[in-house]
Amino acid sequence: MDDSDDIVKEFLVESHENLDRLDRDLVDLEKHPSDREILASIFRTIHTIKGTSGFLGFGKLEAVTHVGESLLARLRDGQLTLHAELTTALLAMVDAVRQMLASIEASGAEGERNDQELIARLTRLLSADGAAVPATALPVKPPAKPVAKSGTKKSKSPPPATPAAKSEATACEVSEPVAQPTPESARDVGGIPMEPAAVKTPEVAEASPAQQAQGQSASESTIRVDVGLLDQLMNLVGELVLARNQILQFTKTTEETSLVTAGQRLNLIASELQESVMKTRMQPIGSVWSRFPRTVRDVALACGKRVRIQMQGQETELDKTLIEAIKDPMTHLVRNAVDHGIEHPEIRQAAGKDPEGVLLLRAFHEGGQVNIEISDDGAGLNLEKVVQKAVQKGLISADQAARLSERAAANLVFLPGLSTAERVTNVSGRGVGMDVVKTNIERIGGTVDLQSAPGKGTSVKVKIPLTLAIVPALIVTSGGQRYAIPQVSLLELVGLDGDQARKGVEMIHGVPVYRLRGRLLPLVHLKQVLKTGFAEDGGTGNLLPDSAAAKPVDAILRGDVSGDVRRDGFERVNIVVLQADGRKFGLVVDEISDTEEIVVKPLGRHLKNINVYAGATIMGDGKVALILDVLGLAQSSSIVAEAHERARSEQEQAKVEGSDLQKLVLFAGPSDSRMAVPLSMLARLENIPGGDVERSGNQWVTQYRGQILPLIRISHALEERRNLDRSDDVLTLPTSANLQVLVLENQGHSFGLVVNQILDIVESGSGPQSPPTRHGVLYSSVISERVTELLDVPAILSAGESYEPGETKAASAARS
Amino acid sequence: MSETRQFCSFYLDQLLFGIESQKIQEIVVYRELRPVPLAPPAVRGLMNLRGQVVVAFELRRQLEFPERPPNMTPVCLMVRADQGTVCLLADEVGNVLEVQEETFEPAPETLSPRLRTVILGVHKLEGQLMHVLDTDRACEIRTAS
Repeated sequence: MDDSDDIVKEFLVESHENLDRLDRDLVDLEKHPSDREILASIFRTIHTIKGTSGFLGFGKLEAVTHVGESLLARLRDGQLTLHAELTTALLAMVDAVRQMLASIEASGAEGERNDQELIARLTRLLSADGAAVPATALPVKPPAKPVAKSGTKKSKSPPPATPAAKSEATACEVSEPVAQPTPESARDVGGIPMEPAAVKTPEVAEASPAQQAQGQSASESTIRVDVGLLDQLMNLVGELVLARNQILQFTKTTEETSLVTAGQRLNLIASELQESVMKTRMQPIGSVWSRFPRTVRDVALACGKRVRIQMQGQETELDKTLIEAIKDPMTHLVRNAVDHGIEHPEIRQAAGKDPEGVLLLRAFHEGGQVNIEISDDGAGLNLEKVVQKAVQKGLISADQAARLSERAAANLVFLPGLSTAERVTNVSGRGVGMDVVKTNIERIGGTVDLQSAPGKGTSVKVKIPLTLAIVPALIVTSGGQRYAIPQVSLLELVGLDGDQARKGVEMIHGVPVYRLRGRLLPLVHLKQVLKTGFAEDGGTGNLLPDSAAAKPVDAILRGDVSGDVRRDGFERVNIVVLQADGRKFGLVVDEISDTEEIVVKPLGRHLKNINVYAGATIMGDGKVALILDVLGLAQSSSIVAEAHERARSEQEQAKVEGSDLQKLVLFAGPSDSRMAVPLSMLARLENIPGGDVERSGNQWVTQYRGQILPLIRISHALEERRNLDRSDDVLTLPTSANLQVLVLENQGHSFGLVVNQILDIVESGSGPQSPPTRHGVLYSSVISERVTELLDVPAILSAGESYEPGETKAASAARS
Repeated sequence: MSETRQFCSFYLDQLLFGIESQKIQEIVVYRELRPVPLAPPAVRGLMNLRGQVVVAFELRRQLEFPERPPNMTPVCLMVRADQGTVCLLADEVGNVLEVQEETFEPAPETLSPRLRTVILGVHKLEGQLMHVLDTDRACEIRTAS
């Protein structure tokens, strides 16, 4: 039983390879119907499968391939000419064979199936226009002649007349390598399936050098190796590399020269071994691409288009696991390009293009990465439509849409739920594909970028690493533990010292950000994400995500560089700028060490659901370090953001109910009174130089981030302003050097509240509350042991708005 | 007539436990573990076992026993589980015990519910009971609670 299992297994492996070639050959044949070499190759493949399946007792498989073979024989003999219907039928046969092989692989049997329809279809085609020849009864002619002479024959006599007789004549010279059920060949070979190369006669070899090369590569210079064995080898080499690292570290501390030299040799050999073993896992990308001619043909036929596929750099190699991983995304991109990218022939013609579209696949190595480009010469993306759709579906806001760059707009197609197809075809247009493509590619540490030129076509560029098993990584330390960050997602490192650290990190809605060359970079504390940090604060309020960082900023505004700041680790800030999911963020770590080649080890199922880890590795000193998953980090920090959002809405609720904790910004109001506004309304804290304040009508304004920000003085907004001479006051621009301003947001409008001094950000529970004593105040409460008034921001704002007419609402409201 | 089985015994909070010998790959001395932030509390950390990264579970936490006193160094039982090797941390290793099949009894109803889910039963030995640990259960991460 084991023996026959082995035979079946070998048959399956061989047949799968053959079938892949068959797809390609059939599509080629359709383009060059007279190419006898291709035809012969197809015939041989089917024949081999048929012969072996007969031998192994797979009756259904044999029946299907038999009809197919008959059809091919007629084609080969020139009794039939190839047309689209015929090709489709033959491809259907290949599919049926593939299904049966899959079933055999899974269950050992061909499975319950009815191929009568397919057989009937093939038979009908068989007799369609070859009625003149009665040879159907004996369809399995030895295919020897075309194989042997194909090279010369093609040039000599274009349409082969009737080689039936001739082929019989040469049948004895060139025996078809595989068992033939026909009497003629049975005599020659003995009906035993054998490796093609084994029975190849010199004549055949001479006649077709291509085949010779193939035969040799198949049986002489290569062997089949189980992937599991290669994986094991790879693991062992990984171990060796680690052991080497440990020994090298040890040799650094020793004076023993012989040990040092031995260590160096070990180093060299291990590196070379690692490289060689890596190579064994490399496969040319062509092995994925070989399916695409068929895919393109099918899709093009289904949507009535004409598409030619071109490939460059099929030999570009990458790791087997990656080959597997890119298979589906690539297929999707190819189908998409044909279905959406390339226009119908008539439209193309009208646009002055070749009616036949070109799909170009290109692969090449660059900078330790594999670049793959899939470009078509179709209509390109309709960017307006994409943006419109995205807005319509609520994926982006109209506001965002207006600011999008062309390139960013094109990359919107990677958002889930977006499809620009007018109608949903069975091929694509459901809007589920592109985001999956993106996630799958990003999962293996790759990137996707889409560029499109209207009328000229679309190009998708995919960049993926060469291998996943050993990756270069940056080693960082956080909370006394080392972590590895894969280098692919690393953009740059920023170190802020002393003053820079204090000034560089700012707060937006309680989230720390850093201005990196003028753009805001959200910061994520690794300690916070991993919930390992801030333990030294003894579990006080500083454990909360934002207050720890908020405090120093507050201190900065006060000009107070107290121990507070130092305790939170702001004396030096190390920011690792990372990119994930197209967004940049800065990861704040304690220390940045070095880059190292690390061997990725899986974490095992117990820890699989913690998405911030991509695995573990063993460092040179034998200790275990965790590998961070940058995508996971980004996701879980946005969870942090969500939690923050939730906290804010809870605050708002708390405001209504006057209970629960809420965060407040404390500041000094007029006459040294204490006032507060909810932190949720605060956009930013600013120091505005007095000279920057301008006057617009009766109002103070300042230019702020390209907008005009109205400034409202707290003393004005409250009732005290009645006691002031208004016109004088408004006309007088501020004399102080710096104004402390709370930039508040209310219902989408920003305004600056000029206060005497910003004091602190505190959390306040529901303390004793008393009704307001003046307008613009919600209530008074005891916060931080002092009576504090909570500002009624909407009321203040409406007061600010009514500045143009003589009377202010604030004043009138207060009077009434 | 009566079959004997071999157990590797160990102690947890002074209770005797046993794991079938063939499930134990090896027993190693405690070494520093790499803590895994965000992991469930029962996961004490990761261990480098000759180049293999192994997850270490704290049996006391898995069984909801009181924490091990800080001055007590645990031992690492390397156990072959469902998927690869895992490390179980126990207080102390005992002898390898040969027990008769018929001394086995399913876990008594009166045991704590948590303990009952991770032991297969008990062997009644002279003077004491040996709890037979279900190694697969012992390294299961409970999502509930």
